Amino acid sequence: MNHLAAIQVIIPLLCAPLCMLLRWRTGAWLIATLATWATFGVSLVLARTVILNGAITYDMGGWPAPWGISYHVDILSAFVVLIVSGVAALTLAFAYKSVQREIRPESLRAFYALLLICLAGLLGIALTGDAFNIYVFLEISSLSAYALIGMGQRRRALRAAFQYLIMGTIGATFILIGIGLLYSLTGTLNIQDLASRVEMIPTSTYGNHTLITAFAFLTVGLSLKLALFPLHLWLPNAYTYAPSVVTIFLAATATKVAVYMLLRFSFCILGQRFVFEQLTLGNILLLPSLAAILVASLVAIFQYDIKRMLAYSSIAQIGYMTLGISLNSHAGLSAGILHMFNHALMKGALFMVMGAVAYRTGSVYLSDFRGLGRRMPWTMAAFVFGGLSLMGVPLTAGFISKWILLQATLEAGWWPVTAIILLGSLLAVIYIWRVVETAYFNPRHEIEHGTEEAPLSMLLPMWVLIGANIYFGIDTSIPLHMAERAATILMSGGTL
Amino acid sequence: MELIIDITLLTFLGLTALAINRIDKLFCIIMLSGIYSLLCASLFVSMDAVDVAFTEAAVGTGIATVLLLSTIGATDTQQRSAPQRPLFALLVVCATGAILVYGTMDMPAFGDPDAPIHHHVAPRYLEMSQQEVGSDNIVTSILSSYRGFDTLGETVVIFTAGLSVVGLIGFRGMQKFGDRQRAAGITQDDMGKHLVLRIVIKMFIPLILLFALYVQFHGDFGPGGGFQAGVIFASGFIFYTLMFGLDAAMRVVSPRTLSYIAALGVLTYGGVGITTLLMGGNFLDYNVLRPDPLQGQHLGIFLIELGVGTTVFSIMVLIFFAFSSRKGLRQ
Repeated sequence: MNHLAAIQVIIPLLCAPLCMLLRWRTGAWLIATLATWATFGVSLVLARTVILNGAITYDMGGWPAPWGISYHVDILSAFVVLIVSGVAALTLAFAYKSVQREIRPESLRAFYALLLICLAGLLGIALTGDAFNIYVFLEISSLSAYALIGMGQRRRALRAAFQYLIMGTIGATFILIGIGLLYSLTGTLNIQDLASRVEMIPTSTYGNHTLITAFAFLTVGLSLKLALFPLHLWLPNAYTYAPSVVTIFLAATATKVAVYMLLRFSFCILGQRFVFEQLTLGNILLLPSLAAILVASLVAIFQYDIKRMLAYSSIAQIGYMTLGISLNSHAGLSAGILHMFNHALMKGALFMVMGAVAYRTGSVYLSDFRGLGRRMPWTMAAFVFGGLSLMGVPLTAGFISKWILLQATLEAGWWPVTAIILLGSLLAVIYIWRVVETAYFNPRHEIEHGTEEAPLSMLLPMWVLIGANIYFGIDTSIPLHMAERAATILMSGGTL
Repeated sequence: MELIIDITLLTFLGLTALAINRIDKLFCIIMLSGIYSLLCASLFVSMDAVDVAFTEAAVGTGIATVLLLSTIGATDTQQRSAPQRPLFALLVVCATGAILVYGTMDMPAFGDPDAPIHHHVAPRYLEMSQQEVGSDNIVTSILSSYRGFDTLGETVVIFTAGLSVVGLIGFRGMQKFGDRQRAAGITQDDMGKHLVLRIVIKMFIPLILLFALYVQFHGDFGPGGGFQAGVIFASGFIFYTLMFGLDAAMRVVSPRTLSYIAALGVLTYGGVGITTLLMGGNFLDYNVLRPDPLQGQHLGIFLIELGVGTTVFSIMVLIFFAFSSRKGLRQ
């Protein structure tokens, strides 16, 4: 039972080389699918254990912290791991047909192996209690993500991957510099140990220069990774040109894990008081978040490639999460954390729709959607429901997190911000409506693709996610409870 | 004295970086980046970090240079467009540098014995690792036992790099390339015609391979270990390929076999962890492998270093094969 935290990461990490050992190509998919479902199962047990018994600490190699690397699973980690592994399990179920169509057969095994490695990296970041180990797993997840994006069908995928590689590497290097500076001040890498020793650092009236620099590098590096507004430039291309399955997986997980890292570093290491009162992280995040919500939503309206449109929408949605953080209140944090979960549900479902449409029509330009309302009724219905959740219509998951966020802004008395959140939702209505209108009310496409409904193996995971969108819009107790408890832990500095 | 050496090395480092920026001949840039790594390695030596220096020398100066050369072999030696001079980027870089300098203001002085890094975690490594892990080289103890999980992660990073190259470039047409060469009666590259080179390389290859094995198995006692050994072994192999052609090298070990070896290397490392789990310890807790904990540590470190070495070796050769087989296709 104790070993669960380690097993969670080891399963995908070691199944990846297994994929490469097989000659049988379907076998690679089978291993990957089994591995992801096993991780999802473990994450459920882990979340249950953490909710009931509190945080778990696990010492790798039997060496106690701070000498060895220890895993520390609190409710926030368990929550993020649940999102990541759940999305991975559904994505792999979806992947079989889509990958067959989009990836060269001789690269199939490498593709699934890389997907598993990326999953292991993201899980490792969320579970570890060691700052340098975070960097190692960040490298694992980023490197595999670059390669996965580059495997897209169009040649532009390589360029997008390269762009992401450069930006992502700069981000990762900044994070490493930040961790290095923290180490030079404290002599430790364990997160809890770091927190207690950072607190003891004597500060002059101007604060400790090295600590401030560490904070600056960490914030900029993480903002690059989570695609905060002016640093988001890598994201639209990467999501647009990546293979459908990769877009589903990364859009639903990668940026969330980056948000998680931001929370972990600012609340659990540097400390809420230092970060918010002395360095005003709230003000630093506020403007980019609002700009993300407005500008990215506006840009999304003018996109003709619908995958790119959803990518811009992702940037806007990340804005909601960072806005929640910038409020520096329990309610704001809960809203931000809950939105990680809800956004994974809706974007996962919406990008699955893109994958299904791409599978049948070959591309996802707006014009390809003409008449799809009749020819792919289930797929397009999923798009409508996913879109409703994205706008934040009541009875969908998207409504809950936006509602809590609105309440949090009202609580803080930030009226203009409330207005901007509502405006962002209106903009979402416009860009979702463009697709819905084309799919249902436009004349049929002049070229008959012979399009029919997407295969069942794609529809099932898609509708599981849509079901989750609706279920968690009505009965939101489980994720909300976890998000609120995670927020409590963060506000108390990660010690609970 | 040390100060003079440091200043000289840093000056050279700066000059090399500037030169890399100014020159537009790719071949020169690659050579200079090799020199850059060598200077870094020298700096590490002057800081008494010989393990890091060894890795930097083997990876930065050795294999990275060879891989970059094989890349320009497949592309071009000249930069196509004139280098841009983006002012904004320069500003950002200068600002970042200024912030870094600002950040050093409250940093403990270099080599300060009272610095926190010497008083919190490090003392246990220095004083106890002999009794706890048993390895004479403290760096090896930290890398493979105290922080063995990080090293597993780094091994996976190497493995991922190989997979990425295989997934993105692949080996399409590689078989055809071999066939074509055989059909034309060519079994060696042009370099194979140089008699002196041939003989010298033939003499050197066994020594390089032997040295790699020494580095692999001597990592417990001196600088070295799986990473460096794998890279050195791979360079010996790449030497062979340069001399006798891709075709001959691939007959020794095919890309597919290499990808199997790489996967097995990672699995060896992970397998040790799984074994420790099954034997009742935590993941990668080598103490439980043998009744005597020290012997267990020794066995565990030996096995994981073996895993690291084989993975690094096969991935390096695999990446080299992938790049140079594309060159063959162009010809």
